[in-house]
Formats: sequence, C-alpha cells, structure tokens
Amino acid sequence: MKALLLRDLRLAIRAGGGFGLGLAFFLILATLIPFGVGPQPDVLASIAPGVLWVGALLSCLLSLERIFALDFEDGALDLMASSPLPLEGIVAVKSLAHWLTTGLPLVVAAPLLGLMLNLPSQSYGWLLMSLLIGTPALSVIGAFGAAITVGLKRGGLLISLLVLPLYVPTLIFGADVVRRAGQGLDASVPAFMLAGLTLGAVAIMPFASAAALRAGLKGS
Amino acid sequence: MSLWEYANPRKFMALSGKLLPWTAVGAALLCCVGLIWGFFFTPDDFRMGSTVKIIYIHVPSAMMAINVWVMMLVTSLIWLIRRHHVSALAAKAAAPIGMVMTLVALATGAIWGNPMWGTYWAWDPRLTSFLILFLFYLGYMALWEAVEDKDTAADLTSVMCLVGSVFALLSRYATRFWNQGLHQGTSVPVATGERTVDDVFFIPLAISMVGFAVLFVALVLLRTRTEVRARRLAVLNARERMSA
Repeated sequence: MKALLLRDLRLAIRAGGGFGLGLAFFLILATLIPFGVGPQPDVLASIAPGVLWVGALLSCLLSLERIFALDFEDGALDLMASSPLPLEGIVAVKSLAHWLTTGLPLVVAAPLLGLMLNLPSQSYGWLLMSLLIGTPALSVIGAFGAAITVGLKRGGLLISLLVLPLYVPTLIFGADVVRRAGQGLDASVPAFMLAGLTLGAVAIMPFASAAALRAGLKGS
Repeated sequence: MSLWEYANPRKFMALSGKLLPWTAVGAALLCCVGLIWGFFFTPDDFRMGSTVKIIYIHVPSAMMAINVWVMMLVTSLIWLIRRHHVSALAAKAAAPIGMVMTLVALATGAIWGNPMWGTYWAWDPRLTSFLILFLFYLGYMALWEAVEDKDTAADLTSVMCLVGSVFALLSRYATRFWNQGLHQGTSVPVATGERTVDDVFFIPLAISMVGFAVLFVALVLLRTRTEVRARRLAVLNARERMSA
C-alpha cells in the first residue's frame, strides 16, 4: 500500500502536469471573480469564503478523472483489482494520493488567494482549518465519482454531474465556517459538522467506490 | 407462493398486464375527483385567496418526488442483493417520473410563491433540497444512458442511488442548518396526525395525494413493461444477428 501511494504520488507530480493544474485553476478563478463582481473591497470580503470554497471544489473536480482513468487505460487497474490488496484499500490509498497532490496544495494556497479577495483577517485560521478538514471529504467523494465513471466514454462530463451534488453538504459547512469566523461569530459548530462529514465520508465512501469499481471492471 | 415469484419477468408481465388497466382507471378517477373537487368546490383561504388551490398539485407532487426516490432505493437494493432484473428495470422506469414530479413541485411552488412571498425563488432549505434532489435524478438518469452494458449500468446506478440517498438526506439537513426558510412546515404530519388543515381542504387533498400515488404505480408498471419488452427485443435482435 505504501508502494502504491508512492507510485501514485510520483506519477501525479512527474507525469502529465496534472499536479499544478488544479492550483493554477484555483488562482485563475480567484482572479476572475473580482472582474465579474467589481473591485469593491467590502463586496469581495463578503463573498470571499464562498468563492474560495467553490474554487477549491472545482479545482478538485478537475483532477478527479485521473484517479482511475489512466490506470484503467493501461490495464494497471485490473492488476491492482486482482492483487491480494483489498480494493477498498486501493481506493483509499488512491484518494489519499489525490488529496496530497490536490487538496493539500489548495489548503496552502488558499490564504494567499484570501488576501487577494480581501478576506477579513480573523478568518484566515478558520479558512486553513476548514479546508484542511474538508478537502479530504472532497477527495474520497470524488474518488467515488471517478470509480463510477471509469471506462465510460463520456466520463469526464458525467463525473461533474454526479459528483457536484454530492459536494453540497461539504460546501455548506465548509463555507459556513469561514463566513461565521469573518462575522466574528463562533465557527466551531459548522467546523465540527464538517469534521463529522469528512470522517463519515472517509469511512464509508471507499466501500461504495470499490463496489462501483468492481461492477465497472466486470462490465468492460 | 412468495412475493419473489413476480421477479420472474413472465409472471411480472402477466400480473402487471392485469393490474395496469385498473391502476390507470383508478388514477384517472382519483385525480379527476380530487383535483376538480379541490379546484371548483372548495372555499378560498381567508389569507391566501384562491391561490391556495395550487396545493392540490403542489403537495401530492412533492410527496411523490421523495417517495419515488425511496422506491428507487428499495428496488436498487433488491437488485444488488437478489439480482432480479425486473427490479433494476423498475428503478430505471421510475427515475424520469420522479424527476417530473420534482419539477412539477418546484414549478407550482414558484407560481405559488410569487403572489404569497413576492418571489418565485428563495434559497429556502426546502426549495434548495428539492433542487438538489432534481440534480440527483438528472445524474442518475444520465448514468443509465452512459453505460452500455446493461448489467453494469444496473449495478452502477444502484450504487449511485444508495450513495445519493445518503447525501440527499445530508444535504437536506445541511441546507436547514445553512439558511432559515420561508416555507411553512408540513400541514399534514403523518407521524403525529395533528393536521392544521381544515377538512374542507384536507379531503380533496388526500384524494389527490392517493390519486398521484396510484398514477405513479400505473406509470411505473407501464414503463417497466416497456423496458422488459425492449430487453426482449434486444435479445431477439442479438439472436438473429448470431444466426445470420
């Protein structure tokens, strides 16, 4: 499992440029928003939590397809599925690799973009924290979408339709943490909800993803 | 003699063929009685005026929008556990009906909302969770269309339905946490039985709720029969190609 994790990390960083792509997308999105809504600092400050969270969610979506598609095309996924490792474990490791290469850079970059969007100063800690505990849920839920659409011809388009509604609860709680912190309210309640959501998703989603992968591999 | 006998397509076709005319006529009758009674023979509400009459479409369709998803959840589980093809086909047949019911509930709600709340749309928890439910229906149907192998499609959509159910529930409570609503609470709580609607309005409403439910049964039987026939036709075509 450790070997698989290292392999996925190396592939993500060295091959194909998928690593920086999500981050660049996040940056571009945060640049475009002020052009769309105007440069007034107070407007930007009020929408910054939502924009940052939606941006994190969309840039996570960009790289989801790569979790399984490349391995499916060259047959490595079939080998992994027939290896002694449980498929659930493989899914979990691949989600972790996805989070390390997509979610974690987003967490690190988010405060910088918050600066661009005039995020209130007391929100930075909560922004970091909410993304840190929320983005793992994005990765495991996204891995489920990737597992469902593996081997489909129009998978890339379908994955956004399937995954984005599943992201709704995470987005609500995540953005709410930052918004409440910005207004000087107690943000711990939505933060706990977010943490619970992430833990639940991490516990359950690998099983659903593995079931979807088994069905998909059997059918192709 | 057990319920599972009707998982056999031949038996299902025989039984559903017999049930279909009865349910169709029953649905037509109940809907006619409920809706005509509701539209023409009930007094106007003292606050809402005649706009209250939208309730006879709005509430039954909203009820069915949720219950159709529950039915899909049950049939998906039956497919995953017992591998009965009719069950998977019934789930496939039900999805477009549920989607239309969700759309009807949203549309009638918007039409009703404009005179009452002064807006067609508000980011109210109930409205928002229905919109999310609509998206789930869309994704579910798109997934059926996208997968070529029929059994794989049934497997994948069933798993999607299970996961979607969990997240639809989560979204429902998350939206409630997120924003306070304009929408009133339910007037017909099934669990407590304490209605806030007068009998004058409630009896035609109950009739149209039952009518919508029977209408759904009739439509789902019809659509499942079509799916079974389409499956048979595909087998016949494949056989012909093999022998040619």
